Amino acid sequence: MIGIVYYGAGNIFSLTAALDRLGFEYGMIRTAGDFDKYDRYIIPGVGHAGSAMKKLEETGLIPSILKLDKPVLGICVGMQLLTEFSEEGDSTLTGIVPLKTRLFNQDLQIKVPHTGWNRVSALTPSALLDGILPEAHFYFVHSYFIEFNSNFTIALAEYGIKFSAVIQKDNFYGVQFHPEKSGLAGEQLLKNFSQLT
Amino acid sequence: MNKIIHTLPGELRETGLAKRIIPCLDVKDGRTVKGVNFVALRDAGDPVELAYQYSQQGADELVFLDITATHERRKTLVELVRSVATQVNIPFTIGGGINEITDADILLNSGADKISVNSAVVRNPGFIDELALAFGKQFVVVAIDTKYVDGKNYVHLNGGRIKTDIETEAWIKEAEERGAGEILLTSMDQDGTKAGFDNALLKKVNTTMGIPLIASGGAGNKQHFVDVFKYANVDAALAASVFHYGEILIPDLKTLLRQNNIEVRI
Repeated sequence: MIGIVYYGAGNIFSLTAALDRLGFEYGMIRTAGDFDKYDRYIIPGVGHAGSAMKKLEETGLIPSILKLDKPVLGICVGMQLLTEFSEEGDSTLTGIVPLKTRLFNQDLQIKVPHTGWNRVSALTPSALLDGILPEAHFYFVHSYFIEFNSNFTIALAEYGIKFSAVIQKDNFYGVQFHPEKSGLAGEQLLKNFSQLT
Repeated sequence: MNKIIHTLPGELRETGLAKRIIPCLDVKDGRTVKGVNFVALRDAGDPVELAYQYSQQGADELVFLDITATHERRKTLVELVRSVATQVNIPFTIGGGINEITDADILLNSGADKISVNSAVVRNPGFIDELALAFGKQFVVVAIDTKYVDGKNYVHLNGGRIKTDIETEAWIKEAEERGAGEILLTSMDQDGTKAGFDNALLKKVNTTMGIPLIASGGAGNKQHFVDVFKYANVDAALAASVFHYGEILIPDLKTLLRQNNIEVRI
């Protein structure tokens, strides 16, 4: 069963609706004691990474998150929280994955926020991406991105520059796009996550 | 300076960002309608069923506009948003009669991905700043109805019925500066004509914008979509009746776009 880290950063209606459509059971994690009830975890998140981090800190859940050894999936800002720093509000984040979150530079002649369906190219075989077509499109909405790093980026997307679409460090995974809004490809990814061991 | 990287869609590979096809569902009393020039209304079905069909066909996004919201209460709208969010696996925008932060808040918390504002922000431009601050700019679509009058483009209100003295290009710039995340530009001259998008205007405004532009008004056949992406390089194209009445099927449209080297999600 999936535990969703509940810390008040944005609405999770779409995420729970997607899990309902797929028939996956889930519950909310509000206190450290709740982690034991689940065998995998999603950290959602929309909005400002700095304020999301502040809200997460206020829940007191971070020490437990750092110790998790079951699969964890951060989505969008929830993924960015796994990194060590964001240029959004010059915020210090959890540092679970030693990468930085940066602002798309409009000097690259791109429109920001990066909005829409972009191609995601897998670099490393991963059970999270099983059954998903190479170069499948996923739905992105974000102004900040996680830098590309060959040690942790398992799939990339290009928008003026190459950036991390999917990262992994041990049992911690993050996706910059919204699988709950990414049609069949997104549903496949959530399905894969529900089966990770 | 031209701020857009992919001036020749499909030829540059710096981005795999697809051009979006967006069916628009005008909703009145919980049912989908399409106004021809926003006047004559025909019932084209149940919005949730239509939305699901479009998501299955490969629509990239949906827009719902409650066209009666300024005149009637929209209790049914929140219910509609919840139903769509529950059943549909692509993003959608909801618009119509959003005048206060609390209106936007309840729609976003019911599962809408973005909200679209039109008249309310023309009357009170500071509302764009408030929305962007409260929810982030990516949630804020500023919809603009534009019409040529004496050789210039002016913003119009209430479905094109009321002309303002605001020039369209100046308003787009202001909306972006205040925190709009996207502009949905509807040409009232083209809307309902099925003669094609207003490519000249769209191209002109698009070259000055740093946020995505959604073209609307005038789609009559598949080639019109090729033209608007090739010529104006807009980020998305929106249409209603050609999709609702099955005149254009989205898979066929995407095949044609791909044949024209335009990046699309298949």
